[in-house]
Amino acid sequence: MYDNLWLIPFFPLVGSIINGLFGKRYFKSEKVIGGIGTLAVAGSFIVSLKYFFQLLADTEKVHEVVYGSWMTVGQLQINWELLLDPLSALMLLVVTGVGSLIHLYSIGYMHGEVGFYRFFSYLNLFIFAMLMLVLGGNALVMFIGWEGVGLCSYLLIGYYFEKKSAGDAAKKAFVVNRIGDFGFLLGLLTLYWTLGSQGVWTINFVKIGENAHLLGTGSVVVTAITLLFFLGATGKSAQIPLYTWLPDAMEGPTPVSALIHAATMVTAGVYMIARMNGLFAMAPETMMTIAIVGAATALFAATIGFAQNDIKRVLAYSTVSQLGFMFMAMGVGAFTAGIFHLMTHAFFKACLFLGSGSVIHAMHHALHHAHLNDDAQDMRNMGGLRKKMPITWITYGVSCLAISGMPFFAGFFSKDEILWWTFASTRGSIWVWGVGSVAACMTAFYMFRSLYMTFHGPQKTNPKAKDHVHESPWVITLPLVVLASLATIGGLIGIPHVIDVAHVGNKLEHFLAPVFEHTQKTYEIAAHGSASTEILLMVGSVLIGLTGIAIASWMYMKNPALPGKFTAKFSRLHRTVFNKWYIDELYDFLFVNPCKSFGLFLWKGFDVNVVDGVVNGVGRVMQLFSAGLRYIQSGFVQNYAMGMVIGVVVIVGFYVLR
Amino acid sequence: MITVHHYLVLGAILFSLGTFGVLTRKNAIVIFMCIELMLNAVNLTFISLSHYLGNMDGQIFVLFIMAVAAAEAAVGLALMIAFFRNRESISVDDFNLLKW
Repeated sequence: MYDNLWLIPFFPLVGSIINGLFGKRYFKSEKVIGGIGTLAVAGSFIVSLKYFFQLLADTEKVHEVVYGSWMTVGQLQINWELLLDPLSALMLLVVTGVGSLIHLYSIGYMHGEVGFYRFFSYLNLFIFAMLMLVLGGNALVMFIGWEGVGLCSYLLIGYYFEKKSAGDAAKKAFVVNRIGDFGFLLGLLTLYWTLGSQGVWTINFVKIGENAHLLGTGSVVVTAITLLFFLGATGKSAQIPLYTWLPDAMEGPTPVSALIHAATMVTAGVYMIARMNGLFAMAPETMMTIAIVGAATALFAATIGFAQNDIKRVLAYSTVSQLGFMFMAMGVGAFTAGIFHLMTHAFFKACLFLGSGSVIHAMHHALHHAHLNDDAQDMRNMGGLRKKMPITWITYGVSCLAISGMPFFAGFFSKDEILWWTFASTRGSIWVWGVGSVAACMTAFYMFRSLYMTFHGPQKTNPKAKDHVHESPWVITLPLVVLASLATIGGLIGIPHVIDVAHVGNKLEHFLAPVFEHTQKTYEIAAHGSASTEILLMVGSVLIGLTGIAIASWMYMKNPALPGKFTAKFSRLHRTVFNKWYIDELYDFLFVNPCKSFGLFLWKGFDVNVVDGVVNGVGRVMQLFSAGLRYIQSGFVQNYAMGMVIGVVVIVGFYVLR
Repeated sequence: MITVHHYLVLGAILFSLGTFGVLTRKNAIVIFMCIELMLNAVNLTFISLSHYLGNMDGQIFVLFIMAVAAAEAAVGLALMIAFFRNRESISVDDFNLLKW
């Protein structure tokens, strides 16, 4: 019934290969290349939809499909197996759905770029890797995807490889991700051995879930394993301490930022924790760590978002912050809420990024037209674009409302559920809730700040370029409209019970129950609280969001001079925040530079002196020795004959006198 | 009574003389002749042992050696002439090009 699951990752892989191998030479038209890329992902989306509805109607919710053996080593049997359950089905829809829209958008955005075919090949390869990550039925198949998305992220950040900053950002992303991958791998191996010592040699997710209890709730080994996995998640999902690569990743083209660094890849860590929820639930200490790290990241990234002027950087820090929310949810056991937020975030953040891309695209063309070198991404060069780009403005505004958690937009339902769980969950804490609420307020503030700076007020673009700013073509605006609609209504699948007046029911919770319910029941993870408390918190969080919006309106609409005064007064603080709290510099000081010096020592000290010294020394001794020895090569035949005679005498003498 | 030992000692003496000549003389033709002397010393040894043991193998060997020595003499003398044309000398001290 689910035998053709392999088609889902297969289409993008084929698309990637076709565009990668033949795109440059044979496909002269951008429409052909873009069409192949987009259709490949759309094909996956259609297949995913089919299986989604099939799963919806099915009574059996977890399906493993084995396509053969990958390797057999001793006790370890690894299969090529895919796993379709409600969690992966939902992720499939998000990845392929948002992915198709972004592919379509890229046709317009990347128009006229030199490596057009290369871009689509990488983008399809990324979708393939992400689908492997999502569908992987055991940890190693997931690891293929896990590494694959990292690779594609590297390739796409470094898409403009002739720019040094892009190359550096790509390297940084790759290296930082490696640290996380190391944690993932160590966690996997530890899990494999400790479970194996209990007689269960497996890395299959379903079997891990079934046998996790053998390790013992709260035991040291479970805590260690889950912490290592969490380290992997912090790398991929840009959490403290490994978040620094994500803002730099904005060097890539904007569709990449939207797809990889907002909607899909960075949520891999959240997905992985949700996938192994049974394991994580057994380690309360790890869960607490996750919640604290998530809350800290949400707050910390939000502060940096205040002071950035590059529109994509604001969105990047907002992504880090929102991922913090998802980890908060995972940490307090609100798996459904975390996945819910992952989904709604994919909608509105992709929309925000694509909207910013639309603005950058228009700005870039206008500035190029006027032969100016102003920064097309600097919000201080924008302002008043709402009349020039009405569709982009409306969709961006809708997404800002959604991310700020305004009622009945998608972000409201998901963020609210997270905050409710942090407050009321048996694993929650009022402190996490407090930090989360402050971060939510800050989110509303800086998102509306970016909205106002970009689209409202007087236009601050250079007068020469001012009139050349135009709305983008339909391939760009259509995905914006679709995503904005999803950001508006997408939350309706997860209406909380207390405000469910029409009795629609929380569809998402019901759908994901086969994955999470067992864990939550076994480890008694639940949100306890009266309906009135929940409504009170809900109203509170809306008020918090409104406060943020109000402050932004007051500062950037009513009194445009105020931010300038503010930064002048607290110039030191502003500079620190603008420079991202000097975290990059701190990491340089603590890790990067010592590594560099150590490498330099190994090169100049060890390699040059010791290794080369030994090799050259042996050579030199040989040279000296032979320089002395060569004088026996006199050129006189009689000397050689003498040598022969002496040799014969010695040999004969040896045998005779022995 | 002349025994096989006398022949062998004579052969050894002739061989040593030849070797000594090869090692000490400078004239290439003399060296060449000394090599012939060494060959013939060996021939003498072959013959005497062949006779002593009643085995014909040694005598056949001697015939071969004499044939090879004749060929060698032809090649060697040709080399001498080539040397002389080059150097106006047949002293081995002048043939020391292949050295350090």
